[in-house]
Amino acid sequence: MMRSAASTVLLAALLLTSGCEREKREFKSERAESGDRDEVALSSLSPGATPPQVATSGRAATFEGNAYHVAQGKRLFTWFNCNGCHAMGGGDSGPPLMDDKWIYGGTIENIVATIREGRPNGMPSFRGKIPDDQIWEIAAFVRSMGGNLSKNVAPQRNDDLNPFPAENRRPPSPPTTGGQPLPASRGTQ
Amino acid sequence: MSDGTMRELASMKHRSLVGLCTIAFVAMTSLCLGQSIVPPPSASPQEDGQWVMPAKNYASTRYSGLDEINTANVANLRVDFTFSTGVVRGHESAPIVVGSTMYVLAPYPLILYALDLTRPGAPLKWKYEPKPEAAAQGVACCDVVNRGPTYGDGRIYYTTLDSHTVAVDAATGREIWNVKLGDINIGETMTMAPLFARGKVFVGNSGGEYGVRGWIVALDAATGKSVWKAFSTGPDADVLIGPDFKPFYDMDRGKDLGVTTWPPDAWQQGGGNVWGWLSYDPDLNLIYYGTGNPGPWNPDARPGDNKWTAGIFARDPDTGAARWFYQWSPHDLYDHDGINEQILLDMPWQGKPRKVLVRPERNGYLYVLDRTTGEVLSAKAFAYLNASRGVDMKTGRLIENPDKAPVMNKVVRDICPTAPGAKDWNPSAFSVRTGYIYIPHNNLCMDYEGVEPNYIAGTPYIGANVTMHAGPGGNMGEYTAWDIAAQKPAWSLKEPFPVWSSTLATAGDVVFYGTMEGWFKALDARTGRLLWQFRTGSGIIGQPTTYRGPDGHQYVAILSGVGGWAGAIVSGQLDRRDATAAKGFVNATRNLPDYTTAGGTLYVFRLP
Ligand code: HEC
Repeated sequence: MMRSAASTVLLAALLLTSGCEREKREFKSERAESGDRDEVALSSLSPGATPPQVATSGRAATFEGNAYHVAQGKRLFTWFNCNGCHAMGGGDSGPPLMDDKWIYGGTIENIVATIREGRPNGMPSFRGKIPDDQIWEIAAFVRSMGGNLSKNVAPQRNDDLNPFPAENRRPPSPPTTGGQPLPASRGTQ
Repeated sequence: MSDGTMRELASMKHRSLVGLCTIAFVAMTSLCLGQSIVPPPSASPQEDGQWVMPAKNYASTRYSGLDEINTANVANLRVDFTFSTGVVRGHESAPIVVGSTMYVLAPYPLILYALDLTRPGAPLKWKYEPKPEAAAQGVACCDVVNRGPTYGDGRIYYTTLDSHTVAVDAATGREIWNVKLGDINIGETMTMAPLFARGKVFVGNSGGEYGVRGWIVALDAATGKSVWKAFSTGPDADVLIGPDFKPFYDMDRGKDLGVTTWPPDAWQQGGGNVWGWLSYDPDLNLIYYGTGNPGPWNPDARPGDNKWTAGIFARDPDTGAARWFYQWSPHDLYDHDGINEQILLDMPWQGKPRKVLVRPERNGYLYVLDRTTGEVLSAKAFAYLNASRGVDMKTGRLIENPDKAPVMNKVVRDICPTAPGAKDWNPSAFSVRTGYIYIPHNNLCMDYEGVEPNYIAGTPYIGANVTMHAGPGGNMGEYTAWDIAAQKPAWSLKEPFPVWSSTLATAGDVVFYGTMEGWFKALDARTGRLLWQFRTGSGIIGQPTTYRGPDGHQYVAILSGVGGWAGAIVSGQLDRRDATAAKGFVNATRNLPDYTTAGGTLYVFRLP
């Protein structure tokens, strides 16, 4: 009897804290030039028997698992005019971000690197222009565009003209190996 | 006398001539000036079998006097040769022919190919690679297109996406000059076809979706050095507005309107880019060109008339001095770039001979302007529209429909025409034999929500969420033959997708155009009857041209390769689930990938 009451309390506490996790905010944000603790590979090939070495900071979970950060990311995505070149994920002069095709990798670390460093065929480098934690927030939102975040975390509605169902109602489209867009069609000769 | 002249004279008798002018003889055109509708002879020289500039001539008729291919035999057209450009983005360019060489310009990375027409299969003579910056692709609003090279004084001129203009030796492919005119870091690109006239090359910038201030520059054709430069916004001194400037309407008169018709400093990001077509009248010694949309799209961010955007300038080609200006869309509400082609014609108007300029405009009206003064003689709708109710002939102002005006943070439904307009960049043609202008155009409407724009240099400056859909009838494209004298359509055809290709009219009474599914079509110029069609490898958004080959026979050329704004869903592999992709065009053309794939091939046809 006592035991089950204790476990109920424990369960409730657990539920509560995980609920908090969904909305958790860090009030000390990183400055624009910090970061760069992730080593990402852009190829699945690496000479020798071992796969490419990667080292991630673990910040992915902080951002991908937090509704507040993803919601901020959605706001910042239009704030920094990402939507001008990528629309709301369907693409324009920049490639779509809601599909399963990734030129430079679809993990949050890859996307952070894309935003920070830019990419040769027309993706501007935002290093020093967007504070680092905001880059992570935007990247987490980009992950949600393809339905790749938990439904609890992904944005649930659009405030503007509704081009399609909100992010948390999209079927997941995880990055596929071999799913890269045709290189020629991105104009490189 | 050209192949077509006798026939031309014979048919002019029954269509575009009246009264006295029924007796055919050589000096006919000049004799009957005033009774017929003809391009000024100085701007449309006798047919020589070449096609040296995308518009064919300074009058921009896109009409060839060749008539070997005609209504009776066009059904027999066969492919003579093809050439792969190696690029699978939107091919909006025109293959041009000078002497026995064809010049083909592919989209980014903008390699120019010279093909030898004297040998079977037209093998490659040389190619020229300008090596534009790859990053320019990101700031190209509407695919990485180019609208064509042009020829003059032994050189081929063209613009590059990273805002250079180059001159190449037409014989050898050697680069003669290469000048950088703009900066991709503020979103400035170049996509237009230059005009060559009076030893100068006229070019302008693109970037109306990035808050780039528009300009046109005249370059010395021999050296590439800038002779004059005129901005489309800002103080009169920058716009080259001086004592010669005599606009027809009151709305365009006043000091520094390029500053005062904007909120403070907004003109600096005000757009008005010069990315479309130029025509030239050698008699009046005036060039004509349009200015693009004001930036940002969202009109609430820029109260005022936003001079000198979305209008047309007449300028002295030698000094750049502005002569007149007319604004199609003062305080443009819908991204209606005023950059379309202007066809120069001499015709009777209410009994008097007039020098006119005909312009099918984005806002859906076919304007006839007096090209000496800028007076609007007529503005009649050539497509379905509900965003405006005509043009006030006293003030010259477009009469807008307040129910369809954009509102901040509210979706206004079913605005017709859309942002690309009733007709976008793809130019029409005029046949002197039928008196018709052949207009490839759109039938599209849009839902539009104004949102707060945010200027960050080098990123899009729009402030609107848009989705487009087919207009009444469900067809997104139309091809209309417009009877200029009667001021109404002679006939019109529907196409499922927007007609994003240009068109060509010939003395054989055949007109050509292409569809986004990939059909290249030949119609009877008088009736619109389909006479022949050929399915090319990809959708067509290019400009057909025709020429007499070294063997004396007539050929027709077209680039096939879908893309551009309308075809970005295919060329950019966009995701059709997002109705706002490609600034909302994807919602309309979402099924295009089921009909065509990306490509990039030149097709040249001839009779067996
Ligand atoms: C000026 C246009 C432009 C802007 C603004 C822009 N992008 Fe891009 N983006 C591009 C282009 C073009 C590419 C493709 C680059 C390449 O292929 O090398 C790209 C690539 C990307 C990619 C990589 C896609 C892949 O398949 O690997 C991501 C992720 C991305 N952008 C996100 C963003 C975000 C987030 C923002 C806003 C902070 C943004 N972009 C702003 C043009 C833009």
